[in-house]
Amino acid sequence: MYKAILSRILQTLIVVFTLVSVCFLIVHALPGNPFTGERAMDDVVIQRMEASFGLDKPVLVQLGLYWKNLLLHGDMGASMNFKGVPVSSILGQSFPVSFQLGIVAMLMGCGIGMPLGIVAALYRNKWPDYLSMVVAMMGICLPSFVVGPLLQLYVAKPMPMLNIAGWMQAQDVLLPALTLGFGVAAYVARLMRGGMLEVLNQDYIRTARAKGVKTLDILLKHALRPAITPTVTFLGPAFAAVMTGSFVVETIFGVPGMGQHFVDAVTAKDLFLIVGLVLFYGILMGLANLAVDIILMFLNPRLRA
Amino acid sequence: MKSRSLWSDAWIRLQKNKLATGSLFLVGFILFSCFLLRWVLPHDPNDADISMKYLPVGVDGHLLGTDQLGRDLLARMLDGGQISLLVALLATTLTVVVGVIYGSVAGYVGGRVQSVMMRVVDGLLALPFLVIVILMREMISGWIEVMGGFLVDQWGWNSDLVLRFSNIIPLIFAIAAFGWLTMGRIVCTQAANLAKMEYVEAARSLGLGYWVILFRHIVPNLMGTVIIYATLTIPSFILYEATLSFIGMGIEPPNASWGMLIKDGANLIETQPALLFFPALLFSLTLFGFNFLGDGLRDALDPKSAKD
Amino acid sequence: MKYWQYLIVLVSSVGMLGCFNQETAAEKATREGVLLLGNGNEPKALDPHLVSGVIESNLLRSLFEGLCIEHPSDDSQSLPGAAQSWTANEDFTQWTFSLQPDGRWSDGTPVTAHDFTFAYERMLHPDFPSGYADMLYAIKNAEEFHKGKCKDFGDVGVQALDDATLLVTLKAPVPYLPSLTKHFTWLPVPKHKVLEYGTQTEPYTAWTHEGNLVSNGPFQLKKWRQNHLIEVEKSATYWDREAVKLNGIRYYPIKNVNTETRMFLNGQLHVTYGLPPDFIPLALSDHPELIQQELYIGTRFVRANCQRPFTSNVKVRQALSLCIDRQSLIDNILQGGQQAAGSVTPPFGAYQPEGKTSFDPQRARELLAEAGYEGELPELEFLTTDSDVNRRMAEAMQGLWREHLGLRVRIIQREWKSYLKMRNELDFDLMDGAWIGDYLDPTTFLDLWKESNGNNNTGWGDARYEALLAEAELIEDPAQRYQKLLVAESYVMEQTPAIPVYHYNTNYFLSPSVQNWHPLLLNTHPYKFVELK
Repeated sequence: MYKAILSRILQTLIVVFTLVSVCFLIVHALPGNPFTGERAMDDVVIQRMEASFGLDKPVLVQLGLYWKNLLLHGDMGASMNFKGVPVSSILGQSFPVSFQLGIVAMLMGCGIGMPLGIVAALYRNKWPDYLSMVVAMMGICLPSFVVGPLLQLYVAKPMPMLNIAGWMQAQDVLLPALTLGFGVAAYVARLMRGGMLEVLNQDYIRTARAKGVKTLDILLKHALRPAITPTVTFLGPAFAAVMTGSFVVETIFGVPGMGQHFVDAVTAKDLFLIVGLVLFYGILMGLANLAVDIILMFLNPRLRA
Repeated sequence: MKSRSLWSDAWIRLQKNKLATGSLFLVGFILFSCFLLRWVLPHDPNDADISMKYLPVGVDGHLLGTDQLGRDLLARMLDGGQISLLVALLATTLTVVVGVIYGSVAGYVGGRVQSVMMRVVDGLLALPFLVIVILMREMISGWIEVMGGFLVDQWGWNSDLVLRFSNIIPLIFAIAAFGWLTMGRIVCTQAANLAKMEYVEAARSLGLGYWVILFRHIVPNLMGTVIIYATLTIPSFILYEATLSFIGMGIEPPNASWGMLIKDGANLIETQPALLFFPALLFSLTLFGFNFLGDGLRDALDPKSAKD
Repeated sequence: MKYWQYLIVLVSSVGMLGCFNQETAAEKATREGVLLLGNGNEPKALDPHLVSGVIESNLLRSLFEGLCIEHPSDDSQSLPGAAQSWTANEDFTQWTFSLQPDGRWSDGTPVTAHDFTFAYERMLHPDFPSGYADMLYAIKNAEEFHKGKCKDFGDVGVQALDDATLLVTLKAPVPYLPSLTKHFTWLPVPKHKVLEYGTQTEPYTAWTHEGNLVSNGPFQLKKWRQNHLIEVEKSATYWDREAVKLNGIRYYPIKNVNTETRMFLNGQLHVTYGLPPDFIPLALSDHPELIQQELYIGTRFVRANCQRPFTSNVKVRQALSLCIDRQSLIDNILQGGQQAAGSVTPPFGAYQPEGKTSFDPQRARELLAEAGYEGELPELEFLTTDSDVNRRMAEAMQGLWREHLGLRVRIIQREWKSYLKMRNELDFDLMDGAWIGDYLDPTTFLDLWKESNGNNNTGWGDARYEALLAEAELIEDPAQRYQKLLVAESYVMEQTPAIPVYHYNTNYFLSPSVQNWHPLLLNTHPYKFVELK
């Protein structure tokens, strides 16, 4: 088991290394310069700026230097858009915010999605099924840039303790988390319903039902654990994705998270920030998938071989 | 014989699911409206008359009123739907083609090849979605522009039409570039299971070629899974397009897409709620339709979960 | 199921908290004397030599203080800032500034003339990547030094006569120099702190980071959270600290203007950065006491590429201009009471260019025919950015040109960096552009159309025009100088390398509790005088 985990970690590292290097080269090949601005600048000035980030060297040398600095000194380079701010400080400031938001969003997503999925499975093709699936699905049938303003106007505005947007008090996490969690809930409900249906059709559950064991007992004691497998598989990568923030939710709710950097860095051609984000995201994804595998081993002892 | 009864069985099961059949009609009607009805409507979706802006519902022959520039909202919704649906449908097609070929080869060959091919998919999945889509879009749009110019100048194609399509192609590729990964993964698992089936063994012992087995015996049996997943992919791609429009990475004006209309509407939520309400309603109905159709198909086609 | 319970507990406890806390954030801040300000976006930096935007200038204005500072209600006046007084020689080419005797950096070190010469040398140094150094080109030999033609900074016209006296020698008469020194490019930097974190010409050092930044203005940096908040607090060492009413300012970088508006109306801000155009009519009818509509010295125009065959024709450019129904675009799309533009320089004070804004499609068609274009017209590419308002303006103009000239225009919408690249490479027929005045003089707009100006971006150049500007530069009498500049203005407008569309107007929300905040043409409000009640 430890060997398997180790090899997974190694694979992840190789994958991340490749991805970051390829991204580095792609960003170099794109049009647009990180230093151009509204006002014209002499080519000489732009060259000076490029030189101060080492961009005057051949691309492959730059890539080599990037890895050298990263691996030997833990230096991820500096942002060109935010003049000289270290990438590590940008990630260090924005990730904790996204992390908090992500956790609450996932809790909300599961809290809404799981019960709906279970109800839907128990009353398959009857009205509770339809109703709960319609509710669950609302999250992926309306874009978050509609859900967000609606929550601002119809939930936050009438309630004096909720802010419209910002990151100033503890409860500011609620609305953005709900907007994000709404999207997660739909997938969770659907997977939970599917997993549950499959389990409910198993012979041992049918037997238990036939023997007159109470539905709730069946659910909690026998069905939930196997039925949750597909949901867990989904939650791992989804967690990594949600924890790294969402551009839409962050700009609408003024949350200082990581998501906006993904878009802003690319449009600003902010090389080191882009590759830094890709690196971070890749590692997080790898960890999430690893966590899923470990959890699944606990849920299903047969996999533990 | 066998496959026919499977499909007709599924059809009967699907009919029993009211939500799914309703969705089927709904989706059909929306597709019909966007691709056919739009041509018989009296208003041009891009015809701006600024003095007619924000007309309320039903005034002056504008069934749903007009937008910020006095353009007919219904015409723009249907025209935008054409673009959004086209993006989603073509991107899904691309996803299916690439995903099925890649996944079935990986699954059928198996062994080391499979694990390497799947690691590649895992690796690409570890890229942040938006970064890839934006990078891809920028890379492709340069090439497409050159190609479109060539078609207009050299072959005398209608430049409006070329523009309309050259506009959405980068979007399609950008979305599909990420979308095929999940499809590839799902197909691979299925193909690997099928490759171990007795009838495949039998075919192999008869001396049938590699590719013949793959495309005659494995791919057709994957179709159920592929159809379910494709139906569920379409709505998520429509949603991606909307998100990209919000970021400002959508299609070029004055053409509309649903994402663009909803984004504009969301900015007017306090002042002109109708401009958000109608496009968002059509958008959600379409997404509901595709999602429930997909779920219904899964219930109907997946024999495991449909035993009762 | 447990999550549900957790959620219910959380929501209800939050709800209970809310019952005790009815005061809005802005009310609380008013009580504490802290201004809550929407600032549009995250600043690129806080080093005055590295930045060039409005967002950064808002921050720098509270942190640093230049030789002269803004008057709270009159752009044309300059108040003593770091300089106590100043004198000029007869022809306005030599200026002597004597600094405040009590001027201190926020760590207590005195502000000296050497901090200024150090700053200007850093800004102009050929090795330093400053993007805005041309703002100092009025100084003698500054341009030569920046471009490496003059190696010795001793030859550049800034000199510290002693710790408290700065002598500035100019290359030509500039009667409005005090007004120029209000711009953030003229700010001093703390020599001792810059050198503590790097060399003079090392650009991206940590001296401006939270905890390190030392400034000489009415406020000093307290907190800098990326994309979240920059907080400044009243400086204890500022020479005029008695006059500073605010205890601090919180700058919120809110990118989404709709969110910002909603936050303001919910009592979370005192001032917004902007207003969404569609919200302006509603704001005017529902909240007339909150909305501010002020003239702003800036112009939005359509650049024509004078290097391409069709748009290089003056008559074509004039025809395009005549088809823009400016007033209708303003009334229906911008909705902020902007002024239709017939000149590139907005009229202000004594400078009143005669702008032709007539909408005359008939004449436009005649001009096009005179230019020899009838029937088949080429398809034009109109470059614009991905902002919503710009998109809508482009769509509307596209419609007008199609309707009145039968001209087919394709809108090319690009994200910012690609837009800049295409602009700088003249890869467009027409493009959406704008210019905002850096200081209150027509040359900040007229210099744009010099052929050598890097911001021209039209490929237009005209010897006669540049001769007119050169003549004006030598005139000392302000009225006569304006006369000459007006001639140049009307000449460039007739040639129309850029088609002016409208003069800017700032529209934003301002809470009535903010006192001593007045309309300013440059929109540079001195926070020193602002008070909360």
